[in-house]
Amino acid sequence: MANKSFYNEILTYHNMSPLHKHELPEANMVLEGVNPSCGDDIVLKLLVEDGVIKNGAFTGDGCAISQASCDIMIDMLIGKKAEEAKMLYDLFMKMIKGTVTDEEIDILEEAGALKDISHMPARVKCAVLGWRTLNEMLWDPEN
Amino acid sequence: MIRNDIKNDFPVFLNNSGIVYLDNSATTQKPQSVIDAVSRYYEYDNANPLRGLYSLSIRATDDYEDAREAVRQFIGADSVKEIIFTRNTSESLNLISYSYAENNLKEGDEVLVSILEHHSDLLPWQRVTRKTGAKLRFVDCDEEGLITEEAFKAALTDRTKIVTMTHVSNVLGVKNDIKKFAEIAHERGAVFVCDGAQSTPHMKIDVRDLDVDFFAFSGHKMLGPMGIGVLYAKEEILEGMDPFLYGGEMIDCVTRLSATYAELPHKFEAGTVNAGGACGLKAAIDYYNSIGIDNIEKRELELTEYAFGKLTAVPHLKLYGPATAAEHHGIFSFTVEGVHPHDIATILDESNICIRAGHHCAQPLLKYMGVQSTARASIAFYNSEEDIDKLAAALSEVRGMMGYGE
Repeated sequence: MANKSFYNEILTYHNMSPLHKHELPEANMVLEGVNPSCGDDIVLKLLVEDGVIKNGAFTGDGCAISQASCDIMIDMLIGKKAEEAKMLYDLFMKMIKGTVTDEEIDILEEAGALKDISHMPARVKCAVLGWRTLNEMLWDPEN
Repeated sequence: MIRNDIKNDFPVFLNNSGIVYLDNSATTQKPQSVIDAVSRYYEYDNANPLRGLYSLSIRATDDYEDAREAVRQFIGADSVKEIIFTRNTSESLNLISYSYAENNLKEGDEVLVSILEHHSDLLPWQRVTRKTGAKLRFVDCDEEGLITEEAFKAALTDRTKIVTMTHVSNVLGVKNDIKKFAEIAHERGAVFVCDGAQSTPHMKIDVRDLDVDFFAFSGHKMLGPMGIGVLYAKEEILEGMDPFLYGGEMIDCVTRLSATYAELPHKFEAGTVNAGGACGLKAAIDYYNSIGIDNIEKRELELTEYAFGKLTAVPHLKLYGPATAAEHHGIFSFTVEGVHPHDIATILDESNICIRAGHHCAQPLLKYMGVQSTARASIAFYNSEEDIDKLAAALSEVRGMMGYGE
């Protein structure tokens, strides 16, 4: 096998032992995100109060990239203000497009583990599923 | 016999050292002779075929028609009038649906498709049955992917006008007994359409022996270039059909309000044709003939049996389809417990191994099998035992890579 796998420890850890993959009865925002062509299917659940993401979780099925990316995202979002989440979303999208700086990747913490996805066009949609659902839920309900 | 150094005929292997290409059901690699034939056409004979009155255009026309004759011989058709060049299998099947089915189906009629079909052989029938008010019915397969004679007979009714079925399943590798099913369909008064995309590259095809009314396949899955495909249909059926696309080169005489159409097969080839692609397809057929389709079939059976043994020995791997190696025809759909098929494909790519993962354009079949997606390895005669060893070794490590203990 190749010496350095895209599937690094951060990714496999969040896939095998997700921290936030569970129901969230107190959630006040719930939205399903689907990648119809590959079958990734998640339901993102957030508790947002006074513009702050107080808690978050997800349920669903999909490949390791979609599941780990969503878990990492929720881990980062909890406790953040909505505008901070938006900044992270924008940075993540920038990383996916391969135009992010090293300093910006540091801000993305564990989500930076997905930076090589910018070289894997077929898997981009898996990595962004959680973030895309977040965007739709909070800022862009029409699209 | 297939030469040990057969891969040297294929520049892609020389330009991608160490690559293990096991996605042959999606498209095959191209021998140098095919690539050269396309170049040669454009370098020496290029003009608009079927139109010009000068010798260069006549040579272009001859090249194009020589390719048609090569296809006729390759599949055993009676006449070159029965060989229509299209872009690919999808276009061939759409042509049938638009030009034949739409004019021959009425409300209450039935079209019978098998559950094994690629979307290419399903969506055109969904469209035309919706449009005409005909009914789309399915014949299901058994657990190994086999369509039994009993199931087939039970699905036919007196209202069945068209039966369409793949020759070899692109997901399970199982081969349908087209000759028998076509005979039964004909006894019931239905016409029979066969999707030969996965069979033509790997076995001797004789459309007269199969006695199908329509047979569709793609050039690019049989060593030829992308963008050239074939529709075979019986001459008497083609004569009764309307054109598919309208425009240049498919007419005899045009007035302000009407036109008479060209003779077969040109009636179905509107617009400037893909002459370079046809030359490439002819070179592919020449390549097949130089090795011998029987030798190719024999070598692929050896590789299929070898791969079946290796794959079934991989821990936690579930292989779908036939329980017998020989029935796989070089196609292996599988899952590895706990690892998503897309992740399998990405991990294998890290070892330079090319496989497909997903629903393989056959979502109803995967749903019927009760699985969201699978990984698929598919073989061609230029693959080697070493390719399969690398595949099996990499698959054995996939779970470990993903953090499983064993």
